[in-house]
Amino acid sequence: MENVGVMMTTPMSAYLEQQLQQRFTLFKLWESSSRTQFLTRRADSVNAVVGDTKIGADSELIDSLPRLEIVSTYSVGLDKIDLDKCRERGIRVTNTPDVLTDDVADLAIGLALTTLRRICACDAFVRSGSWRNGDFQLATKFSGKSVGILGLGRIGSAIAKRAKAFGCTIGYHSRTKKQITDYMYHSNAVDLAANCRILFVACSLTDETRHIVNREVIDALGPGGVLVNVGRGALVDEHELVSALCEGRLGGAGLDVFENEPHVPELFFELVNVVLLPHVGTDTVETSNTMADLVVANLECHFLKKPLLTPVI
Amino acid sequence: MEAIGVLMLCPMNSYLEQELDKRFKLFRYWTQPKQREFLAQQAESIRAIVGNSNSGADADIIDSLPKLEIVSSFSVGLDRIDLLKCKEKGIRVTNTPDVLTEDVADLAIGLMLAVLRRICECDKYVRSGAWKLGDFKLTTKFSGKRVGIIGLGRIGLAVAERAEAFDCPINYYSRSKKANTNYTYYGSVVELASNSDILVVACALTPETTHIVNREVMDALGPKGVLINIGRGPHVDEAELVSALVEGRLGGAGLDVFEKEPEVPEQLFGLENVVLLPHVGSGTVETRKVMADLVLGNLEAHFSSKPLLTPVV
Repeated sequence: MENVGVMMTTPMSAYLEQQLQQRFTLFKLWESSSRTQFLTRRADSVNAVVGDTKIGADSELIDSLPRLEIVSTYSVGLDKIDLDKCRERGIRVTNTPDVLTDDVADLAIGLALTTLRRICACDAFVRSGSWRNGDFQLATKFSGKSVGILGLGRIGSAIAKRAKAFGCTIGYHSRTKKQITDYMYHSNAVDLAANCRILFVACSLTDETRHIVNREVIDALGPGGVLVNVGRGALVDEHELVSALCEGRLGGAGLDVFENEPHVPELFFELVNVVLLPHVGTDTVETSNTMADLVVANLECHFLKKPLLTPVI
Repeated sequence: MEAIGVLMLCPMNSYLEQELDKRFKLFRYWTQPKQREFLAQQAESIRAIVGNSNSGADADIIDSLPKLEIVSSFSVGLDRIDLLKCKEKGIRVTNTPDVLTEDVADLAIGLMLAVLRRICECDKYVRSGAWKLGDFKLTTKFSGKRVGIIGLGRIGLAVAERAEAFDCPINYYSRSKKANTNYTYYGSVVELASNSDILVVACALTPETTHIVNREVMDALGPKGVLINIGRGPHVDEAELVSALVEGRLGGAGLDVFEKEPEVPEQLFGLENVVLLPHVGSGTVETRKVMADLVLGNLEAHFSSKPLLTPVV
C-alpha cells in the first residue's frame, strides 16, 4: 500500500513509525519546519492522519487535506479531532479503546495510593538520609474510603472494580444512570464530590465537560478530599485547583494530565500532598505496542475496504 | 490503675504515650541515660512493657523485671519479643493483628505500582522541568502480572484480594498448602519466584524465615522480576539484594523494611527501579489510633482480670 500516504502528527511511538513506514508512504509532520510548508508540498498525497493526545486533526488541518479518508488516533480520547468536520466530509475516525483501559485504571489507583500514603515523599525522605533523624509523619489510609468516579465508561468502571477490592464504596456521576445497583448514582458532580473522599476524573473531554471539576466541586470535595485526574487537563479548572491546594481547601491531588502540557503550574512543586505525572496513563511497553498495532490494523482494514476494527465515525 | 508501672521502650505514638501516662505510671525507657541502673531501680514497679517493631522485650529486659506480667506490642510482628522466655515465665503477650492488615496490603500494591510504573521517578521528572524537553520513557504494565506471595496469612491474603482485581494470577508459598484457595501453591520459594513476575514477602520473621529471600530466589525472580518487602528487613539477604539490583540481575524492588533500620544501603539511592520507604506499613492516622487503642485495651483487660483482646501467649 505504498501508494497510500499516511501523515503522523508527532513522534508518538518509534514502533508505530516503523510499522507505518513498512506498509505505507509515511510523512512526518514534525520534520517540516512548519505545517504550511508541509501542506504546500504534500497536501494532495495525504490519505490518512495518525494523531495523538498532543496533535490530532483539527478543522484547519482537515480542510487542507483534500484526499483525507481516515483519521486513526493513537489514543482513546477524541478531544483533539474535529468530529463534526469529519462527519461532514465523510472521513472515518478510529481510536484505541479497551487496550489501554487497564493501564489507565492502574495508574489512577497508583495515584490515589501514592498521594494518600505519601509514597513519593517517603522515598525522598529515605534517599535524603532524613530517616536517621526521625520517623516520617503519619499518612492517610486508602482502604475503605468512599470513592467517587466522574464518568463510568470503560476506564471509570475499571477504576471502580479495583477500588472495590480495597473495600471502597463507589459513587459516580455519568450522563446516564447505569444499571449497576452496587454503585451510588449522583445526578451532578457537586453531589458526587460532597459524598466521597477520593474523586477520580475519568470522563471524556467535550464542550459540556470542560471544567466539570470547578471551584464548587473542589470545595465540596474539601480539605479531607483527594482529586485524581487521569482524563484530560481541561476537565479541571486548574487555576482553582492550584488555589485550593495552596490554601488547604483541598486535601491533595494526583494528576496525570494538565491544561497546557507539558507546562505544569510551578506552585504545585512546593506541595507535598500532590503527585504529578507527565501524561503516562498508557505509556507502558505492552500497551503502547498494542495501541500501535490497532492503529495500523484499522488503517489496513480501511484501505483494503474491510470493516474498521474500532470505528468512532 | 495509676500505680501500675508500664515501661514504654521507645517513642512510637504520642496519643498512646499520653494515654498510658494518664492511666498508668509510665516509664519512658528512651529518656533514661543509664538503662541498666534504671531497670534495677524500677524492678519492683514495672508490670507491663509496651514495645514495637524496633524495640521489643528481649531476654535481658525480661530477666531484669521480675514483676513483669504482660508485654503488649504496638505491632503485629513478634520477632522482637523473646516468646519462649515469656511462655516460661507465664508472661502474657499481645499484639495488634487485623487492624493494620489493610494498610500494609495497600502499601504492598502501592509499591508494586510505584515500581512498575515508575511513579516517583515520573513525579521527580515533572518537578525538575524535564517534561518540557521530552516525554518520559515507557514503563511496565502491572495488570495481569503474576504475583507470588510468601506467606498467605492475613496480610498475604489481603494483598492477593487486591491484586486479583488487577487480573493478576496469584501464586503463593506457605509452610503448608491452604485448603480453601484457588491460588497456585508452590512448595519452595525458588519455584514461586521462577513462576512470578512480582514476589511479595508477607510472612512472619522467625529463625526459619530469616534470609528466606536469598541469592537463589532473586536469581529465579530475574532481571524482569520485582521484589516487594513489607515483612521484615531480615527476610531478605540485603547485601545480595543490593548486588542483584546494581548488577541488573533483579528488575526492581519496593522496600518498606531493611535489615538495620533506619540505615538503608546507599548504593540503592542512585537506582531508578527501586522505591524505598521508611517502614510506614501501618503508618496512617487511622490505623495507628486503632492500634494504640488495642494496646491500651489489652493492658486494661489484663489488669482488670478480664480476657485479653488479642493474646499471642
